[in-house]
Amino acid sequence: MLRRPFFWIIALVIAAFVAAPAIGDDVDLRESLALATVYITLASNLNLMLGYAGYINFGSIVFFGLGGYICVWLVDAHGWSLAPSLFAAGIGVSALAFIFGLGILRLRGPFFALSTIGVVEGVQAFVQNFGPWGGSSGIYISPEVFQPLGGAARALWVIYFALVATMGLSLYLSYAIKISKFGLGLLAIGQNEDAAAILGVPTPRYKAWAYSASAFLPAITGGLYFFKSAFIQPSDAFDLSLSTEALVVAMLGGQGTVTGVALGAYLYEELRGYLLTSEMFSHFQLVIAGVLLLVIVLFFPGGLMGFIYSRFPRTQKVLE
Amino acid sequence: MKRIFLLAAAATVFAAPAFAEDTITIGLTESQTGPLNVDSLGQQRGYELWRDQVNAAGGIKAGGKSYQVKFVAYDDQSVGGRVQQLYTRLIVQDKADFLFSPYSSGLVAPATVITEQYGKIMVDSGGAEEKPFQLGNKYLFMVITSAGHYLSGAVDALKAKNPHAKVAMVYSDDPFSKTVLTATKEQAKAAGLDIVLDESYAPSTTDFGPIVNKIISSNADAFLGGGHYSDGATLARQMYDQKANMKWESILVAPGDDKFGELGPAAMGVTVPSQWEVQVSYKPEFGPTTPEFAKAFQDKFNAKPDYHSASGYTSGMILQHAIEQAGSVDPAKVAAALNATDVTTFFGHIKFFTDPGHHGLQEAHQMVLAQWQKVNGKPGRQIVWPEAAKSADLIYPISASQ
Amino acid sequence: MPPVPTLKTKHMLGIIASIIDGVLVGLVYGLSAMGLTLIWGVMDVINLTHGTMIVGGMFALYFLANGLGVPPYLALPPVLIGGFLAGVLLYWVAVHRMVGRPPLMSLLSTFAVNLVLIGIGTGVWGTALFNVAVSLPGVSIGRYTFPGAHILAAVLAAVIAAALYLFLHSTRLGKAVRAVANNREAAELVGIPTTRVLAVSVGCGVALAGLSGVLIGTLFPFTVLSGDGYQLKGFVVTVLGGFGNPVGALLGGVALGLLEGAVTPFVPVSWTLVIEFALFVLVLIAFPAGIFASRRGAL
Repeated sequence: MLRRPFFWIIALVIAAFVAAPAIGDDVDLRESLALATVYITLASNLNLMLGYAGYINFGSIVFFGLGGYICVWLVDAHGWSLAPSLFAAGIGVSALAFIFGLGILRLRGPFFALSTIGVVEGVQAFVQNFGPWGGSSGIYISPEVFQPLGGAARALWVIYFALVATMGLSLYLSYAIKISKFGLGLLAIGQNEDAAAILGVPTPRYKAWAYSASAFLPAITGGLYFFKSAFIQPSDAFDLSLSTEALVVAMLGGQGTVTGVALGAYLYEELRGYLLTSEMFSHFQLVIAGVLLLVIVLFFPGGLMGFIYSRFPRTQKVLE
Repeated sequence: MKRIFLLAAAATVFAAPAFAEDTITIGLTESQTGPLNVDSLGQQRGYELWRDQVNAAGGIKAGGKSYQVKFVAYDDQSVGGRVQQLYTRLIVQDKADFLFSPYSSGLVAPATVITEQYGKIMVDSGGAEEKPFQLGNKYLFMVITSAGHYLSGAVDALKAKNPHAKVAMVYSDDPFSKTVLTATKEQAKAAGLDIVLDESYAPSTTDFGPIVNKIISSNADAFLGGGHYSDGATLARQMYDQKANMKWESILVAPGDDKFGELGPAAMGVTVPSQWEVQVSYKPEFGPTTPEFAKAFQDKFNAKPDYHSASGYTSGMILQHAIEQAGSVDPAKVAAALNATDVTTFFGHIKFFTDPGHHGLQEAHQMVLAQWQKVNGKPGRQIVWPEAAKSADLIYPISASQ
Repeated sequence: MPPVPTLKTKHMLGIIASIIDGVLVGLVYGLSAMGLTLIWGVMDVINLTHGTMIVGGMFALYFLANGLGVPPYLALPPVLIGGFLAGVLLYWVAVHRMVGRPPLMSLLSTFAVNLVLIGIGTGVWGTALFNVAVSLPGVSIGRYTFPGAHILAAVLAAVIAAALYLFLHSTRLGKAVRAVANNREAAELVGIPTTRVLAVSVGCGVALAGLSGVLIGTLFPFTVLSGDGYQLKGFVVTVLGGFGNPVGALLGGVALGLLEGAVTPFVPVSWTLVIEFALFVLVLIAFPAGIFASRRGAL
């Protein structure tokens, strides 16, 4: 893998994310890039199911939210430090995803999609009733937890670098899977699941692994994100619209491509951020986002990467 | 759009070169999109009225200088994730000197991580949740009564009318309503009232039919609960349609909106705890009286002020007072002045808790209880509790008003 | 958690009342899902503007009834026509090019249109609450009352559903719709103008959403964002009733309403949603084509 140029392109992107805000101590840039990393991580991991295996997961947010809850709860109620809490969150959520996946991955197409919505809504409703996790009031973290990381200001930097690292891992994971036999199997499932099964692809296992794998890094990202906010509540943790945005972003960029999804996430986040803070557009940002999306879906269905590949065919070899 | 215009107008008209051109920048986020839109607008207007009046009078005077007030505001979409990014931008890029909090409680906590880090004062006039204040802060101040005391007046008033009331508590499963009703339950028990039902519903619930039947089955004759707008309004409507025959109904938030009157007879007799109403008659030590405030608001926005506007205006006024008392814009000095504040304004008595366990929570301000009654044949809200502030008598049972 | 209430005979009436109320509201839920399942069944398109179209019906009711003084139930005919036209427009804007492509694409195009509509809606009306006061004499059993508006809404929902059934089974156009749903290519070969039929189907689907919006508007207050909740219930109902099966949708709606009504007396109300969604996922896994479906795509 080290010989492929794309590997180094990813490394470059990670370096850019680290260097850009660090060099000028630009806190404002760091905050907006932090949000971008969250989108990119969520979209890239979603891509494992969506772009490769062709399964629409509306409920990818459930990994993010549960990861957030496990991490925050371990830190707040049990005094764990951040790193082990994150790890526990990742493992825990992946395991849960595997178990759930065994059930719902027997469903095809739109039925699977719907069941993922049911899972999110059900989990949110459950957490709202779940006392030990604060129920609907959520969990507040005391600022003391930032002390081991050097105080709030420094902690936010540490968390940012962790977010970038997680994003980088997500990109590498997507890429590694894509060029592996496992990835090939997933793509075959995406093309025609029955044919793939007949040809010897172990479809139920592959799907379950993909689903479980797509949960790990979002769970860790969730842990980081809510730790940073010092507060988690069910309506934020299981916000279905964030899932939908991740989906939109993957489509925008070009599902099934690593670059496209990352680029799509980044551009979308920057655009939304800009529209939000711009005097003129903030009232209409939803309308603008909608129109943009409609144009792309109607006329450029391959997303951004589809467009780039068709105009510059040589990039297809380099930019996965 | 209106804000650009107003800001531009203020800048041209009031940037008279005769004064020193110093500005105090106040940063805030509003919920322009997303579910909290309506209340946030009222609060916005309160802020803007204060700013325009202050600037027209020459600005805030401290340490020998006069400061014009400028706002920088962004839309937080009612989403916690944006808030930290936006408050960082407000402090670091827009160089805000002071901050107003986001409208809802859930957004105050993430914002506080940022403001405390930079040692900037944030004044909260929208979120009544107490937890963000119990985590140890130095620069957070709440101008309104906190959630735990929202219904204490209602409990007292109910007890005075019927010490043997059977109370059904049905409320939205969201942090604010839950905090209010959990505290209320203790207050009701202490008052000797009988709690016959205590349940929360998912905030997205639309049909309250089965819940109302449950209330009827419990033999309750008093209702305390609700949550936000649509659920509160629907509960009132369905309790009426299904003839639940409550003698007392206190519902959170929804009846505080004028549109609640559109429910017709279902609205009559319903009481709502309110931070402030137009009939309130405190004698202020400084700033406008209630009628003066209401008139200025009406003239500017062609609308009646509600308590969100009054609390927004008061945030500005209290901050201004503290800056002037401190004689400086230095956050530590202003915070000390705020900690020492003990004044009465048209909004009520304002004093903050200063111990680290609840720093910034409001100690002195109290809720009033307003009831929907027919005034000259038209439905409207009257203040019925406490006795000292009332504008009309409490009607009990509520059927007497329908 | 509060203790589970014990069953007393006088509470039996309360439980029956809740069940009946659930069925009444369920019929309206069923109607609100019919448009969704129709469009889905006919052309494999998931219409994410569905919830907003329901809200459209609510607003139409508000402006006709509160603004112009039209009796509330007379808002139904104009909404039927307006909804149909809006649906045809939606077809040409967002759906036409997506037919035959994976459902993901139509999902996104309708999602995009929905963003635009919500953006305009919240821009103009914010999240203000609207209410249409409809008061009809109800039916009382003991201490429990069924508001007249609920009863009438349920009856009208059933009537509209029956009308849809007749349309699909007894009219030429309706049969053409079912033919296209069954096998679009074959329908084309036999000379059915599929594009026109698809447009009509979307028109009907949106009209149904609008009509259910009118009925819901007579029962509960609403805001611009109220559609989301009903769309979600629409998905649940579609799963219960079978994709593309409007009669199944009605039954599915009743099942959902029944669940909500039957569960509430026994369990703290906050657990209702958990139970609803757990059941939803379980039913999907056990009956992937819906409980009441005869076969996928059958109308």
